[in-house]
Amino acid sequence: MEAGIEEQRGLYQKRIPIFPRSIKGKFRTFKTSMLALAYAVFFGLPWLPWSREGAPSQAVLFDLPHREFFLFNLTIYPQDLITLSLLLFIAAVLLFFVTGLVGRAFCGYFCFQTLWTDFFIFIEKWVQGERPARIRLYKQPWNGEKIVKMALTHGLWLLVAFWTGFTFIAYYAYAPHLLLAFVTGHAAGVAYATVAILTATTYVAAGLAREQVCMYMCPYARFQGVMYEPETLVVSYDIHRGEGANGRAVPHAGLKTREERTALGHGDCVDCGLCVQVCPVGIDIRKGLQYSCISCGLCIDACNTIMDSVGFPRGLVRYDSEIDIESDQPDKPHLSWRRVRTIGYGAAIAIMTSLLIYKLATRASFVVSVEDIRAPLFDVMPNGDIRDRYQIRVTNKTATAKTYTFSVENLPPGSLHLGAIPELTVPSGQSLMVQVGVELPHELAEETHEIHFVVTQKGPHGGSIEQHAHYFGERD
Amino acid sequence: MTDQVQSQAPQTTGHVWDGDLQEYNNPLPAWWVWAFYATVVFALIYWVLYPAWPLGKGFTKGMDTITYVNNLGQTKTVPWNTRALLMKEMNKAAAEQKPYFEKVMATPYAQIVHDPELSNFVLSAGRSLFLNNCAACHQSGGQGLHGLSANLTDDYWLYGGTFAKIQQTITYGRHGYMPPFRDVLSGTQIAQLANYVVSLSGQPADQTAAKAGDVLFHSQTAACYYCHGVNAKGRSVIGSANLTAPVSWIWTAYRSSNTPAENVAAVAHTIEGGVYKGVMPTWKDRLTPVQIKVLTAYVHELGGGQ
Repeated sequence: MEAGIEEQRGLYQKRIPIFPRSIKGKFRTFKTSMLALAYAVFFGLPWLPWSREGAPSQAVLFDLPHREFFLFNLTIYPQDLITLSLLLFIAAVLLFFVTGLVGRAFCGYFCFQTLWTDFFIFIEKWVQGERPARIRLYKQPWNGEKIVKMALTHGLWLLVAFWTGFTFIAYYAYAPHLLLAFVTGHAAGVAYATVAILTATTYVAAGLAREQVCMYMCPYARFQGVMYEPETLVVSYDIHRGEGANGRAVPHAGLKTREERTALGHGDCVDCGLCVQVCPVGIDIRKGLQYSCISCGLCIDACNTIMDSVGFPRGLVRYDSEIDIESDQPDKPHLSWRRVRTIGYGAAIAIMTSLLIYKLATRASFVVSVEDIRAPLFDVMPNGDIRDRYQIRVTNKTATAKTYTFSVENLPPGSLHLGAIPELTVPSGQSLMVQVGVELPHELAEETHEIHFVVTQKGPHGGSIEQHAHYFGERD
Repeated sequence: MTDQVQSQAPQTTGHVWDGDLQEYNNPLPAWWVWAFYATVVFALIYWVLYPAWPLGKGFTKGMDTITYVNNLGQTKTVPWNTRALLMKEMNKAAAEQKPYFEKVMATPYAQIVHDPELSNFVLSAGRSLFLNNCAACHQSGGQGLHGLSANLTDDYWLYGGTFAKIQQTITYGRHGYMPPFRDVLSGTQIAQLANYVVSLSGQPADQTAAKAGDVLFHSQTAACYYCHGVNAKGRSVIGSANLTAPVSWIWTAYRSSNTPAENVAAVAHTIEGGVYKGVMPTWKDRLTPVQIKVLTAYVHELGGGQ
């Protein structure tokens, strides 16, 4: 640029459009099956009926107003959420574990941003055609064909985005009733707002922003790099084999067979550019590992297709470790798990999963909390006895009303005064409280420091829970 | 950015200083700039709808309004503000509580405390009523304060601990009074009475003085029995103290940890000066009948209800 000439430039960087070419191959097949599975689960689950006593017959339902979360035969109450938070830990460590082994597999095959973008590209391709047709359409001036195709594409995107938003809220209310109320305008305002917001964000993120979400918004994309080790399998271009001594070269007469190419010092890469064309984030894998790469494997499918057609061995682009790629005598690509980090993550997953299963399997059907009433600490009865009072709260976590009885351990009979409610009946999913007094003779009160309350659920599959509480008496 | 489009040489801002000093141009992504514009649009809409700009002594009130019912039962519609929002939420909560209050009003006391759900409502609604109205004197748990108020959690009651008596006490209040005896009785007589009162609860006292006090207590001279009863256990009709249970006394500085002489002196002090502070205000003009009913059941369930 010449000195003194000031060129006016835009203040911001426009998105450079990417038109990924579709490709066939095993990674594409895996991605498509994951997409089908994830969509079947996400869109289908709210409509799966499940017979349940005294609650909506929906297999998965998060009933926020009633603080009940139904997961098939499991009913979870807010008290259990601390147990379920283990799930989050397991998910996080599983992510670290997988990333350490095979790189950003989550990004490439399971992340909802990737899945929805993938599906939106399917729609785009179905309406507008393959990559060259889409580029042509993009470049041509606005005419009837372009308006119709663009409108159809964006219309279908909005439709998918809307159904995504509606499916999300269908997890929070009985879906058939919600749908009816929604279309007749009787659903809650928050339902419409949530669907509107989710429709907009889905449309923008999967239709318009796409790879920019991964590159600029997603924190995970940026910090995943620190989980990589030299042994980690990542999507790599075999630079030694591809470039040779004199770089990649387009085949022409005299440079077609491997022998000819080797003789002239050229590598196996025929510089067809297909790996770049199929890339949903628009990068060139031949430049090496990049933060934009979501590790979807489509360039592997693309390169293998080309290698097959020119008769070279597959695997010029492949899952391999940094060690192998840089070595002159590379091993066959293999999963390497004998590392402190991988074993540590694996052990953490095993321990936490066992803990979660144990906790869920042994969780009691009711919750007891005993609170000492500390104002006053105690009362002196007319006969000189010391009385301390307690509030006992019982939460019934079963599907039917249950009755509970109360007792204390290691104290003379008659020490526990239950008042007006000797047996407490608690409806399903609710919690109720009783106030009780423990009355002890002066001498016994002086040596008693703790009361062991036992709450027993009557009927079959009952069981008892013991809770300890402080006893305050007159001490000399 | 993308390799699908041929990458270009790095862009510069176009400024050149000192002949060769240039600056790279790293523009903001489009989505970021549009998100910034969206916040501007959001702010504009916000200004129209909600209180925003200060104008001298006032401010722009915005177009959004809130309708609520105030404490006098009047329906008000005002520009959006947080106080009105709170009032509206309180209206909503009151509407949700209403069926419970109606059920409490329609149910006899004995049934309220036996019904787990109603009694749980009374315990929580009663607690907030108690903390707002009663706890200043009777303390947060109803344990009372020596020299100020009665303990509502034990089994001693000055005016009776049945539902009916508690409701009467809350509705109409109480006025406990004991006349001063310093001008009626001699110092010796007061000391004799004090020894007698202390001996009633089995505490050490001068036996000779206590015997004389016994006679005096039941005589027409002092006429203590008239209010405190022949057996000195107090009479709930007038709220006189049970002299056999010092633990229930409010106005006398009696402590089991004191020396006997100190306790005799404390009782003598009360006999000399009388009791004139035992006033509980009436609540019938400040609380609604259903609030009094909830409070009655709550106090009854504090532990001492009869």
